[in-house]
Amino acid sequence: MSRYGMVIDTKKCVGCTDCVIACETENNVPYGFSRSWVNQIAIGKFPDTKVEILSERCNHCSNPPCVHVCPTGASYVNELGIVLVDHDKCIGCKACVEACPYGARYIHPDGYADKCTFCNHRVEKGEDPACVAVCPTHSMYFGDLDDPNSEVSKLLNSREHHTILPEIGTEPKIFYLK
Amino acid sequence: MFELSTTRNNPLIDPALHAWGWEIPIYLFLGGLVAGMMIISGYFIFSGRQKNPDCACNFLPFFSIFFLTIGMLSLFFDLENKINVWRLYTTFQLTSPMSYGAWILILVYPALVLNIFIRPPQLLINKIPKLKIISDKLYERSYLIKWIGVLNMIWGFLLGAYTGVLLSTMSARPLWNSSLLWMLFIVSGLSSAAAFVHMIARDRYERELLAKADNGFLTTEIFVIALLLIGLLTSSQSGINAAKLLLTGPFASTFWVLVVGIGILIPLPLQLLAVNHKVKHTPIPPLMVIMGGLILRFVIVYAGQYSNWLNIHF
Repeated sequence: MSRYGMVIDTKKCVGCTDCVIACETENNVPYGFSRSWVNQIAIGKFPDTKVEILSERCNHCSNPPCVHVCPTGASYVNELGIVLVDHDKCIGCKACVEACPYGARYIHPDGYADKCTFCNHRVEKGEDPACVAVCPTHSMYFGDLDDPNSEVSKLLNSREHHTILPEIGTEPKIFYLK
Repeated sequence: MFELSTTRNNPLIDPALHAWGWEIPIYLFLGGLVAGMMIISGYFIFSGRQKNPDCACNFLPFFSIFFLTIGMLSLFFDLENKINVWRLYTTFQLTSPMSYGAWILILVYPALVLNIFIRPPQLLINKIPKLKIISDKLYERSYLIKWIGVLNMIWGFLLGAYTGVLLSTMSARPLWNSSLLWMLFIVSGLSSAAAFVHMIARDRYERELLAKADNGFLTTEIFVIALLLIGLLTSSQSGINAAKLLLTGPFASTFWVLVVGIGILIPLPLQLLAVNHKVKHTPIPPLMVIMGGLILRFVIVYAGQYSNWLNIHF
C-alpha cells in the first residue's frame, strides 16, 4: 500500500488560485462550493510582518476522523492512502463534515459528502492531481511519501516543513515547505 | 496583529456555519427524554410498582415510543441522502458512535414493547385479546418482569449516554470534545423525564418521588456543567475560546438565561418548596426544566459547531 501526499513550497506559491479553479473545472464542483481554497496569513505589525500563503484542501489524514465517524462506511481510505467517499453508501448525515477540523467537506447538492479526492481518477492513470499539474510556479508536488526516492520524500528530507493543526493527531499528508 | 484572508469565501463549505440545523438538537433532546423515561419506568418495574394500575411505568412506554419516533423522524429529515438510510443497517462501524446509535435505536423499541406487555391498557386488550394472555404469562414468572425493568434501564442508559458520546468523539469541535458530555446529556435527560413524569403522574407518591429526584438531577446537572466549563477553561486556547462562547460570547445570553436560569436555578427552589409542602405542585417548574433541557441541546449543538481549532500554523 502506498501513501500518497502533497508537498507545497510556500516560498514559490504566489496565491494565484489557479489550483482552486483547476480543481473546480476538473471535478465539476457545483457552483458555490469548493474543494480547495487559498489562505493568506499575515502576522505582526509593520514593518515586522510575515506572510504565508497556503493552498489548502482535504489533508487525506493518515488518522482521518471523518472515516472514523462515518456510520455506513461510505468514507474510506483507498489502497493509495487517499481518503474517498462512496457516494452510493453516503446517507448525508454530515457527521464527517463536523468531524473534519479542516472544514474540507461539504454536502454536494446531490446529497452526498464531497471533498478533494487528490484527483484519484488522474492518479490512477499515473497523472498528477489537476491542482498540481496547473500550478504556474510549480510550487506543488505530489507523490508517494513511503517511497524514499520520490520527489516529495526528498523535499521533506531536505527542507523544513509543517502541516496544519498537527496537534489534533490527524497526521495530515499535505506538507508546507517553509 | 493576526490577519487571515481567504479565497474560500464559501459559507456552504464551512461547518462553522451550521451543517447541523434544528433537527439534531430536537433529536438529541427527545432521545435523552426517552432515555430518562426508560430508566424511570425500568426502575418502577424493578421495584414491583407495576402492580399499581396508576403506576407511570404502565403508560410511559407509549409516550416513549411516540417521542422516540418523532426524534427519529427529525433525524431522518436531517439526512441529505434519505434514500440511502437503509445503509445504516447493512453494516456496523466499530469506530462510529452514530453506527452504535442506529443499532441502539432499533433495539430500544422491543424493550418498550416488552414494557407494554406487562400491563397493557384495556383499550389495547379489547383490540388484541392475546395481549392479556402474554401479560398473564409474564405475571406467572415475576422474574421476567424484573428483567424487563433491568432491560429498560440498560437500554435507556445506553440511549442517553450515546447521544453525548456522538458529539464528544469529534475532536474537531473543542466544545464537544469532552468526556463529560455524555454525563451532562444523561443527567439532563433524566431531569427532563422526571419533570415530565412529575407533571403527568397519577400516583401521588410517584409525583413526590420524581419531584425530589428531579431536584437531585438538577443539582447534579449544575455540577456537571461547571466541571465541563472548568475542563475547557483549563485546557488549550481552543478550549478556552469554546467555553467563552457560552460564558461571555454569542451564546451567553441563551445559556445563562434559558439553560441555567429558567432551566435549572428557578425551578430548583420552586420544586424544593413543593416537595416540602410549602407551595402547591404546579406544572410550571417541570415545564421550565423541560424547556431548559431542550435549549441546552440547541446551545451545545450550535455553539459546538461554532467552536474551532486555532488555525495558526507558523
